[in-house]
Amino acid sequence: MLRRERRSVVATEAIGPYTLLRVERGTVDPGRPGQFFMLEAPGRLLPRPMSLALAPPGELAFLIDPIGPGTRALCTLALGDEVGVLGPLGNGFDLDVERPLLVGGGIGVAPLPYLSERLGGPPAVLGFRTSWHAEAAELVPNAEVVLEPTYVTEAMPAGRDVLACGPEPMLEAVRRLTPTAQLAWEAPMACGYGACYGCVVEIDGELKRLCMEGPVLAAA
Amino acid sequence: MRLLNASGCLDALAAPEVARTLDAYVTKTVTPLPREGNAPVRIAETELGMLNAIGLANPGVDAFAGDHLPRLAELGMPLWVSVGGFSVEDYVHVAERVGSRDEVETLELNLSCPNVDEVPENVGEVVAAVRAVTGKPIYAKLSAAVPDLGATARAAEAAGADGLSLVNTVKGLALDERTLQPVLARGAGGLSGPALRPIAMAAVHTCFRETRLPIVGMGGVARGRHALELLAAGAGDVAIGTALFSDPAAARRIRGELEAELAALGIVSADNAVGLAHRSADSTLDQRSRLLLEKPLHMGANLPG
Repeated sequence: MLRRERRSVVATEAIGPYTLLRVERGTVDPGRPGQFFMLEAPGRLLPRPMSLALAPPGELAFLIDPIGPGTRALCTLALGDEVGVLGPLGNGFDLDVERPLLVGGGIGVAPLPYLSERLGGPPAVLGFRTSWHAEAAELVPNAEVVLEPTYVTEAMPAGRDVLACGPEPMLEAVRRLTPTAQLAWEAPMACGYGACYGCVVEIDGELKRLCMEGPVLAAA
Repeated sequence: MRLLNASGCLDALAAPEVARTLDAYVTKTVTPLPREGNAPVRIAETELGMLNAIGLANPGVDAFAGDHLPRLAELGMPLWVSVGGFSVEDYVHVAERVGSRDEVETLELNLSCPNVDEVPENVGEVVAAVRAVTGKPIYAKLSAAVPDLGATARAAEAAGADGLSLVNTVKGLALDERTLQPVLARGAGGLSGPALRPIAMAAVHTCFRETRLPIVGMGGVARGRHALELLAAGAGDVAIGTALFSDPAAARRIRGELEAELAALGIVSADNAVGLAHRSADSTLDQRSRLLLEKPLHMGANLPG
């Protein structure tokens, strides 16, 4: 049964402009890399969708970019605060790939630490706006970092199974370069479990709910 | 008293276990033709609510009747179908297809969605036309944003509606904090959540006075106290919408909270709370034959024995 669980914050850590929020896991299933959780944002009506960044023993960790009122509120949580957690939601990356290459852009790095761990630390190419943002690369082993104006698509070796997460223009560019790439999209979400019909993206010419069909989409 | 979901706030096929926590499931509005709905971004949070501009996304009545309805029937719970359209003929077309199906308990006519460009002029006309093609119970879902809600409700009643669903969303707008442009691609959307609750309360209160129709009350219900207040205003049943987004277990929680609220006030059952807000000098018990409470309300007055 879908149930929002209250979990205590065990640590928060600034990483560049982002915050790594760690909560106690309890009985919550961490799910698969690429799946996400809806986190109750203090003082806000609706929860916020966050990829699971890491699943340390007994914990769930989320990397949060404070870009709006909900994410800013999540970044102000402190040790001992409680936060509502619903998940795991959505699908995840298909891990059955022979030569994985992780590709991340900005806060798109969020699901990649967990993904990297599950795949045994494959090569990664991460792009950021500045070296301050690029501090988040420390979470992903075996990563090459590029800074704007260089883009990840200029640094990606060919012939790999790409698993990518980042801003839409990056995902579009990665898809043009590697049509078979697995792409983790994001969309505004109110519920995360198919109830609100708010998170639609265009998939094969149709509007479909990203929380149900994704967030990881593989090219047709 | 039954707890339902507000139409459009739950997909029972995506989350059947959430649907089963309710006493009846209300579908997203079905229109004659399939609709993708509006382009994203379709939702936005506000301080005390949210906006949606989904735009009546639905598979269309043929796919709904042929595929979704049999699957919904497998849930084994009462089904309300929300009926929508852009002309009287549209509502009749959908009502004819679903209004004869054994799987369907009630038709809820969506007469008030702010997210589509054309709305029927005349609530009474639509209700009468649907009344003519189905024997199923018809509930008219109205918006509070009409010039005279009492008159609109009376028109629905006179045309043969069996109940009222109050309220639909009201039009609202939010701007992006960086660009100062509307967050929603369509511009404005329907406001729901806590900000809507006093509006829902007034609407239920008015229509309980102005008609004899049973009422499903909804709008910003997040706690048992909110359900109690809608009952007191005159609702016999309560629906939960936006609250389900942040808390899929809201129905169970609210039911438990309502029981505690009733117990603390010495009210034996939710049904005994219906219309309590109308016990003022200028209402008479003769008019309110639905009021089940016969004793003054004070602690212990309604306890058995």
